[in-house]
Amino acid sequence: MKAFTSLVARDLRLAWREGGAISTALGFYLVVVAILPLGLGPDLNLLARIAPGILWVALLLAALLSVDRIFHNDHEDGTLEIIALGPLPLELVAAAKATAHWISIGIPLTLAAPILALLLNLPANAFWVLVLTMATGTPAISFLGALGAALTLGLGRGGLLLALLILPLYAPVLIFGVAAMNAVITGPSPFLSSYLILCAITLATIVLAPIASAAALRLNLN
Amino acid sequence: MTQAEGTFNRLANPTRFMGLASTILPWLTCLTALLLLTGLYLAFFVAPEDYQQGHTVKIMFIHVPFAWLAMMGYSVITIASIGSLIWRHPMADVAAKTAAPIGACFTLLALVTGSLWGKPMWGTYWVWDARLTSVLLLFFLYLGLMALWQAIEEPSRAGRAAAILAIVGSVNIPIIKFSVDWWNTLHQPASVAKLDGPSIHSSILTPLLIMAAAFTCLFFVMHLMAMRTEVLRRRVQALQLTHVDAAGVTQGARA
Repeated sequence: MKAFTSLVARDLRLAWREGGAISTALGFYLVVVAILPLGLGPDLNLLARIAPGILWVALLLAALLSVDRIFHNDHEDGTLEIIALGPLPLELVAAAKATAHWISIGIPLTLAAPILALLLNLPANAFWVLVLTMATGTPAISFLGALGAALTLGLGRGGLLLALLILPLYAPVLIFGVAAMNAVITGPSPFLSSYLILCAITLATIVLAPIASAAALRLNLN
Repeated sequence: MTQAEGTFNRLANPTRFMGLASTILPWLTCLTALLLLTGLYLAFFVAPEDYQQGHTVKIMFIHVPFAWLAMMGYSVITIASIGSLIWRHPMADVAAKTAAPIGACFTLLALVTGSLWGKPMWGTYWVWDARLTSVLLLFFLYLGLMALWQAIEEPSRAGRAAAILAIVGSVNIPIIKFSVDWWNTLHQPASVAKLDGPSIHSSILTPLLIMAAAFTCLFFVMHLMAMRTEVLRRRVQALQLTHVDAAGVTQGARA
């Protein structure tokens, strides 16, 4: 457990001191959300209606942008092999790195979402559910993203391939995240059922994805 | 020496497969042709036209088998992937690799025939119906698998990476299907007539089943052929490597 937390802390420190990934993801999120109304027109009613979808899709894209860096730098300078030789099983290494990605990217994006929601005229009663669903869904995004990053490790054009591999797997998170928000905004379907399924998806992903990630890492480290 | 032994062991099992494939293939091809001809004859000349849909109902006779094979193709890949991950069976690797493009083709054909059918029936080529959407996502999973196979050069590594992805995908397919169903019922009421009523008459059901059997056989014919080609391709590559190796050795001896 100590090795796990120290690995998470190390990754967070690296992310904080490099700084680039967080600000790039946040900037990308802002630009995508800002550019969509330019294509859709300035009608605030329309924007309010589709705001949950826009915010979620933009969040997925922004997270995807940074996901291929989860293992990349450590793989390039050989750190990953040293970590793999250490006492921590690779499953937990994958989980630790995904957790660090969630804390350094998922949480900032979640916190930025309400500010962007102001631009889209999201109804006031949906702000808390926006933050809640995103805080619940982003771990699944990070853990699935870590799986994609482990699979495409060491490939030249990993980024584009990663999007093709992972985006279909993000569909359930997106659907239930948006469904829970729409349940609060428009009704009549109950909020809790969508939200609980979102929780279930996230929990299952947190347990299962590191196993697959570790298998992929083992393959790429040999 | 160890390398030669390893190569021999790797070829030993595929050799048996090649023998088996060349015995089965002619028979299976004949069976496929027979079933396909019977099915097409029944579908076009015997099966009645739907009183609402007219001629367009004939699309169903190829559309439904394609959709069924789209799912079966992924099941074949999943089973082969489990085989290749657990037992490192070389032929399982080959089977998983070659099933992906065939399955993707059938998925694409199911989508295309479906939307061609949809134009006269629903008035539009595409509706975001739960089924269409989940088949589209299945198609993306196929594309991801094929892209991964292409991106990694070394076949054994590519095989294992694709196997991991295929198994993750197979866990995800039911979840994706379920969530898309959920999403669809939230967004729009079920407006598209579903086929799976109990009211399919036997005059339509029989040709449909024959066509399904025919296309299933076609799938396996193409799969066996593709596996054979893949084995041959790998042998050629191994031979080339041996030649390069031998040339290197003689050069080294000379120097």
